[in-house]
Amino acid sequence: MEINIRPIKDERVDNRAFREKAISEINADEVIIVRNLVKSYGPVRAVDGISFSVREGELFGFLGPNGAGKTTTINLLTGLARPDSGEILLAGIDVKKNPAAAKFQIGVVPDESNLYPELSGFDNLCFCAALYGMRKAERQRRARELLEFFGLSEAADRKFGDYSKGMKRKLTIAAGLIHRPRILFLDEPTTGIDVASARQIRQLIAGLNQQGTTIFLTTHYIEEAERLCQRIAFIVSGRIVRVDNLENLLQPLRGQFNLLLTFAEAVNTSGELQEKISSAFPDFIFEWVNGCELRVRSTRPIAVGPLVRFFEDEGCEILEARRIHPSLEEVFVELTGIEAEQMKKEKEIKEKPGQ
Amino acid sequence: MKRSLAFISFWNILVKDMRTYYLKPPNISWGIIFPLAWTGMFFIRSGSGLSGIMSLLPGVVALSILFGTTSLLAVTITFEKKSRSFERLLLAPISLEQLLLAKTSGAIIFGVVNAFVPVLMASIIADLRGVKWGYFLAAVVLIAMASTFLGLFIAVAVSEVFEAQTFSNFFRFPMVFLCGLFFPVSKLPIFLRPLSYVLPLTYGADILHGAVNNGSNALPYWLDFLVLAGFSLGLFALSLRNVKRRWIR
Ligand SMILES: Nc1ncnc2c1ncn2[C@@H]1O[C@H](COP(=O)(O)OP(=O)(O)OP(=O)(O)O)[C@@H](O)[C@H]1O
Ligand SMILES: [Mg+2]
Repeated sequence: MEINIRPIKDERVDNRAFREKAISEINADEVIIVRNLVKSYGPVRAVDGISFSVREGELFGFLGPNGAGKTTTINLLTGLARPDSGEILLAGIDVKKNPAAAKFQIGVVPDESNLYPELSGFDNLCFCAALYGMRKAERQRRARELLEFFGLSEAADRKFGDYSKGMKRKLTIAAGLIHRPRILFLDEPTTGIDVASARQIRQLIAGLNQQGTTIFLTTHYIEEAERLCQRIAFIVSGRIVRVDNLENLLQPLRGQFNLLLTFAEAVNTSGELQEKISSAFPDFIFEWVNGCELRVRSTRPIAVGPLVRFFEDEGCEILEARRIHPSLEEVFVELTGIEAEQMKKEKEIKEKPGQ
Repeated sequence: MKRSLAFISFWNILVKDMRTYYLKPPNISWGIIFPLAWTGMFFIRSGSGLSGIMSLLPGVVALSILFGTTSLLAVTITFEKKSRSFERLLLAPISLEQLLLAKTSGAIIFGVVNAFVPVLMASIIADLRGVKWGYFLAAVVLIAMASTFLGLFIAVAVSEVFEAQTFSNFFRFPMVFLCGLFFPVSKLPIFLRPLSYVLPLTYGADILHGAVNNGSNALPYWLDFLVLAGFSLGLFALSLRNVKRRWIR
């Protein structure tokens, strides 16, 4: 009998192995260090004294609702806005003291595509390369390489203005990578894009990160943060409510492990079987989803073997055992008091008129 | 290494603006047809024969530069700011001074080219051998710089393209009358004269008059050049300060 253990979400970009690696590297360099950053616009404290750091090679998520201060934080870090106070170090460079050197270390992908609509994809990339002092042959080589990587080679000579939204976003990411920055800032990279393109973009981002680029990503999609990021900061009203790695964030709330068993055929879920299971596994809570699916919960990790053997003895064949990961959504709601659905809806309403 | 970065980015910003804006039909027509129209209009309507051409030429040259340069900045700066592509430039590892120079040098060159449209026209019907070309060219370049930086100042101060256009007309049209282009400042009512002397074109037109019409300048050349250069520097510095204060906030 074969048992597949796989995550319940199909679309999961499996970044987990890498995630664990990054977490274990305790001494890894911190390439972004932010201390007590404050920025007000008139009476609005857009960023209200935030501090955090991002390690080399990490995919760091900044998760928060509309107006939380995500874009403002990126603007402050990338030199598009001036902090009222606070300190920013990028790759060890103080951005206030040496902005030009800091700019070489970073690539920025804004929330809206800001390339030149009248230039072709290829020319846009070559132009961006020139801004970093790259020579012509090198510019063209790098532009072709990135077009290839993002699957845009076919569209290289078409005007950027004629690209679809997904293509625009990809080229904008390519432009951010043109000078091989150590740190890439991505402001809501999948917002306003169809599901398939968003998925592709997420895979590209995970791929880039696996190749070693440190990524700072903002999003208001909880699942996106959960799927992609190794560490996540929750930001609400300009303040960081919590920063931690995914495992730690999920730990307290879940305190429980979930397993979903799928049987080959409907099981007789009479009281007799139920009783037997309960006495065999007193630490587990069993819930029948339907005749074929049983959810097992526990406060300790659930070993699959004994369960499989038990059911085999009862004459029930298990087709599949899937771990169900407790979702970040619950953690977020608990910490911020903001409902995830609410956050998503507000965003969509806000975005409609612009589209 | 540092030098080549500065040069490569400067040159490519210039070339990109040339390709995407200056050499586009609407701007060619604005830049070339417009001076032609000025020239034709003034030369034909003046009715003062061939000698009239020489007295009109400085004014027409100055206007061609003024209108050719100031109108471009609304596109290369205000429009790019509005469409956010200017952010790309702000993210690049070049200084703001360099960036603004790269964004304006195209307009300066364009202004200088514009200046020679009326000169070419005039050369067909008039004898230009008496013109002091050294002074003439220097004045053309300085006028192009001063009016480009005036355009820059306006482009940076507003946020919509139409505002840039309206605001620049607010400066441009008074200059047609107040800067001694077609009649000397001394013929203006006395209460208007101080106004003339706070407008950069007055000094540029004065040099052009001197260069074309054999020393008919009202002020010494050195003073004209000095004031014109002062205006250019001042407007550039103000624009730089505005970008720092308003765009990186
Ligand atoms: N240039 C600005 N001038 C005035 N207020 C601003 C400016 N930029 C941001 N703000 C204000 O600062 C707060 C934070 O805005 P910010 O754009 O950083 O939020 P965000 O988290 O990126 O939100 P969104 O999900 O909508 O992109 C908001 O209240 C916003 O109105
Ligand atoms: Mg934002």
